[in-house]
Formats: sequence, structure tokens, C-alpha cells
Amino acid sequence: MAGAKEIRTQIGSIKNTQKITRAMEMVAAAKMRKAQDRMLASRPYAEKMRQVIGHLALAHPEQKHPFMERREVKSVGYIIVSSDRGLCGGLNNNLFRSLVKEVKVLQEQGRGVRCCVVGNKAVAFFSRVGGQVLAQATHLGDAPHIEDLVGTVKVMLDAYTDGEVDEVRIAYNRFVNTMTQDPTVEQLVPLPEADEEERNKLKHHWDYIYEPDAREVLEDLLGRYVESLVYQAVVENGACEQSARMVAMKAASDNAGSLIDELELVYNKARQAAITQEISEIVSGAAAV
Amino acid sequence: MAMTVHVDIVSAEGELFSGQGEMIYAPAVMGELGIAPRHAPLVTRLKPGDVRVDPGGGKPMEHFYVSGGILEVQPFRVTIMADTGVRAADLDEAAALEAKRQAEEALANKSGQMEIAKAQAELAEAVAQLQTIEKLRKMKK
Repeated sequence: MAGAKEIRTQIGSIKNTQKITRAMEMVAAAKMRKAQDRMLASRPYAEKMRQVIGHLALAHPEQKHPFMERREVKSVGYIIVSSDRGLCGGLNNNLFRSLVKEVKVLQEQGRGVRCCVVGNKAVAFFSRVGGQVLAQATHLGDAPHIEDLVGTVKVMLDAYTDGEVDEVRIAYNRFVNTMTQDPTVEQLVPLPEADEEERNKLKHHWDYIYEPDAREVLEDLLGRYVESLVYQAVVENGACEQSARMVAMKAASDNAGSLIDELELVYNKARQAAITQEISEIVSGAAAV
Repeated sequence: MAMTVHVDIVSAEGELFSGQGEMIYAPAVMGELGIAPRHAPLVTRLKPGDVRVDPGGGKPMEHFYVSGGILEVQPFRVTIMADTGVRAADLDEAAALEAKRQAEEALANKSGQMEIAKAQAELAEAVAQLQTIEKLRKMKK
């Protein structure tokens, strides 16, 4: 019965693992609801902000803000948003993979790359592969605050103003639905232009009336723009993390279940074989007497 | 039919209003603005106060309270991005009064320069909220 005992302990340990993954699944499901609500609530604001900024990029202001000037791109800055914790399927790795592909193209063109990272996983990834990390922010928790991100964002924007990077992009997982997360890279500064439809409406040469004055309003508006987009990226990534974890943990629980079924079958066979052997031993023993 | 313009009011907590308006009134830093359809492009900061949208067609005015934000006007679209905003009917008078009292108190025993500025901002916000409530009450009568 030596084999049977081993199998039994194996089943026991898989059952324990299953308990853990099931608990994690439920926790992730509960957190996912909140994270999704948070994301959906702030989405309209970020979308409107993007639209207004798109208009602004088409305006012809008498005073140019540094964020509105396009320079020759010698190096690109990335703000990379990842999760703090693992066990969420391929979420972070998918993002990093698409990022690495982009970075390779940039390097082949002889352009430099600088990074600001948000979340433990990105920090770990970049310390492994190397790369110039300007700033990092970790342990944002389930309800991230803009204040926690301001420092990181500022480092990147300062690098832009100083000319160290000529373009800032943000990389994060966009939430499509619970099953699908989309690794996304977006341009933050210089301001991306509005889409085709809006552009047609604004083809003529025009500028805003600024109250009280252009510099002040632009400063305020662009500050809000970057903050809101980075915040939105972080909450989207948070919602992605929870749903990816839920799905991953559900798959793990299911796998553990089928593994247990298989092992139980093997165990029963072994037990049966042992009994049969015992009987045949007794019978042959009796026959000998 | 009178001309209308598409109005969107969003705050960081969610969308407040999206629809057509004949006239929009908003508290800009340089004074209250009234915006009609086909207004010239404009961006300005908002101070705490009430935003009103006249949907036209004899429908009642929509009231909102914003604690500041950005207003963007395009001839075909008006966008208000509020820091925090609520429908004016949801404003809590008791909470606003309490906030005003606290801000005044903080201002009375002022200590640091930063704190005074913060208290003043809070006071302005509470007063604006109360004014919005007052206006809404008058309208209802």
C-alpha cells in the first residue's frame, strides 16, 4: 500500500492548493466589482479630456506651450503601469512583451528609451532586463490616489521639458471586458491630435479665447490632462488586474479539480490491486496448508 | 426651432449631464459666462459655483454645482470638466453650512500661509454651494 499512501498525500496537497486558489478567486471577484466601478466612473472625464486636448492640438495659439511643440524624436519616455502583485495570468507579461517589441524598433532606429514605472511587477521586470528607469511608484493599493502618482509623472514631464525625452507615452492594460485586457500604448505629450471627424470640423485657422490668459489656462489644463490620463491608466490597469486574477484563479481551481479526479482514479486502482494481491496471497497460503 | 449646442458635463466621479442646450451659464474665474450655440472657441477655468443648462422648449433649467474645473467651448460642443460636481438638487445644505462654519473657524485661528489659502478655498466652495441651493429654492417657489 506504499503507492496508495503517497497518492493520498498528493491529493491532500492539491486540495489545499485548490482551497487557496478558490479563495483568491472569490476575493478577486469582489475586488473586481469595485475596481470596475471606479474605472467606469472616471472614464467619461478622461475621454472628454482627451477630446478637448485633441481640439487644442489643432488650435493655433499665439503662445505655444512646450507640450504642444513637436520636436524631432531622439528619445522616448514611457510611463509603464503594471500591477503590484502577481498571480494574475499573463497580464503583465503581455504588456511587457508588446512594450519590448516597440522598444526594439526604437532602438534599431537609434532612439533612446527612458522609463517611469508604476507597480512592483514593472520594477522587477526592468531590474531584470535593465533599462533606464527614472522613477518608480509602487504599493498604490486597491484605490489609487492621484497624489501617489504625481511624483512619478512629474519626473517624466520634467525630463520632457529639459529635452531628455522628446515624447512621452503611457503603457497600460486597457479594460475591454472581464475576459479581455488589451495592452495599450498611448502618446501623452506632445499632445496627440483629434480623430478624423473632429479634425474636419476644425480645419480652418482658429484659436481659443483664453480667460484669464493663455499661459495660465494652458498650464492648468495640461496639468489636469496628464494627471487624469495617468490616473485613468492606473485604474484601468487595476480593473484588469482583478479580472485577470479572477479568471486565472478560476482556471487554477478547475485544473486542480481535474487533477484530483485523475489521482483519485489512480488511487482507487492501486487500492484495488493491493486488495486483490492480499486475497490471492491468503488463498494461496490456505491452499499450501 | 431654436438653435442648440451639445453640452457635456463630467466630473472625475462620473458623467453628470449630456444633452442639448439652448444656453449654458457657467461661473468662470473672470465672471459668469453665458454661452449660446455657435459661440467662438474658448477655454477658461471655472470657480466654485453653479452651472445651468437651459434645454429649451420650455423644459426646466438643469442645475449643477461644480467646485471648479475647466470649460471648453467649441461652436458645436460645450464641455465642462468639473473637479467635483453634483446635480444641484443633490446638494446637502446642512453639510455645506457645516463646511462653511469649519472653514471660517480655521480662518479665524489662522496659522500657516498654506492653511489660510486652503481655508479660503474651502470657504469659497461652501459659500458657492449655499448660493446654489438658495437659487434653486427661489426657482422652485
